[in-house]
Amino acid sequence: MIDKIVSSLDAAVAGIHDGATVMIGGFGTAGMPNHLIDALIAQGARDLTIVNNNAGNGETGLAALLKAKRVKKIICSFPRQADSQVFDALYQAGEIELELVPQGNLAARIQAAGAGLGAIFTPTGYGTLLAEGKETRRIGERNYVLEYPIRADFALIKAHRGDRWGNLVYRKAARNFGPIMATAAACTIAQVDELAELGDLDPEGVITPGIFVQRVVATATAAC
Amino acid sequence: MNRLNRNEMAARVARDIPEGAYVNLGIGLPTKVANYLPADRDIFLHSENGLLGMGPAPAPGQEDPELINAGKEPVTLLRGGCFFHHGDSFAMMRGGHLDICVLGAFQVSAMGDLANWHTGAPDAIPAVGGAMDLAIGAKQVFVMMELLTKTGQSKLVEHCTYPLTGIGCVNRLYTDVAVIDITRDGLLVRERVDGLSFADLQALVPVPLVDAGA
Repeated sequence: MIDKIVSSLDAAVAGIHDGATVMIGGFGTAGMPNHLIDALIAQGARDLTIVNNNAGNGETGLAALLKAKRVKKIICSFPRQADSQVFDALYQAGEIELELVPQGNLAARIQAAGAGLGAIFTPTGYGTLLAEGKETRRIGERNYVLEYPIRADFALIKAHRGDRWGNLVYRKAARNFGPIMATAAACTIAQVDELAELGDLDPEGVITPGIFVQRVVATATAAC
Repeated sequence: MNRLNRNEMAARVARDIPEGAYVNLGIGLPTKVANYLPADRDIFLHSENGLLGMGPAPAPGQEDPELINAGKEPVTLLRGGCFFHHGDSFAMMRGGHLDICVLGAFQVSAMGDLANWHTGAPDAIPAVGGAMDLAIGAKQVFVMMELLTKTGQSKLVEHCTYPLTGIGCVNRLYTDVAVIDITRDGLLVRERVDGLSFADLQALVPVPLVDAGA
């Protein structure tokens, strides 16, 4: 019997190694898998490359991971916010590397990885600082920039409900990067608000098919 | 001259958004446009974080941390609205499916280049978000900004000195003193506020304007 449901948050983040590239879902705090991030902090992996839209808000979730100095590099679109003080201090001290990517290119590069594409030509960023030094091509009437896929060793995402085959549905705008990150990581770990019995999720409404998910953990699971 | 304040600028932009339009309002000043869209017009507001049919802010106490806009403020979803992931959301933008986006700007050039994401200051932490996708993706890009900086410099320039967001992407400029179309035939002044002559307006900007009403 296939059962991707793991019984603890510790088990969910087991095997995330030093130097791993880890995608973390969420847009600001909506959809951020805080339980998994806390478990990752406790697990101790370091020198991580993190892929997220932002660079942490306040002091919890991704900000807490940064504050624990586990992150070597962050790939994101919008690090600077009113409450990104943890990132700001690390960046200004030269203690974290930043790869800034326009948000749609971030999404497209993640999707390219998940879909097995070698690269994409995107019009976004053409002629700007963020395309400097990159290969470009004119196709038809437009100019495009060559961008490479972003793939990860692990993706940590938050979903609303999941079953033992790894099928997931999300809640409102917490969906954001979850479904695409799930496709782009060798091991996708989903924290869910509720576990569903196999067959209880409407197959017409499944957003992430279980093939993209390796581990599911319920946030109600007692930590550790 | 009757310079428009920011609410009046937002109301002016709202007048030009037709029934049925799919629209993205950038964070900051453009967000105010939503306050002036008439309730009897079906206009679909898109939010980059995966919403179509975005509604106004919820009543106090009704906020949901998983229902936010691009500025990460609580919002609501209209009946008929829907959610989708970031790949779909940016396909809507980059793929030319949005009719209009409204953006703020530091500078716009006479060729329609847009600078709105980074001052270029060496100590600034850069952040781009969806600005570059919006700038090049929507069918029409409207910029709303005061025409002059606080020190009186024109933000409509021959060439942007701030780092670019997109090249030749701006179609129309809504300012506090005039509405200007950026076209192959030049900068067409569509409207001026009362008390500002065409010559007065031309004197404020370093690039040649065309009086569309002339």
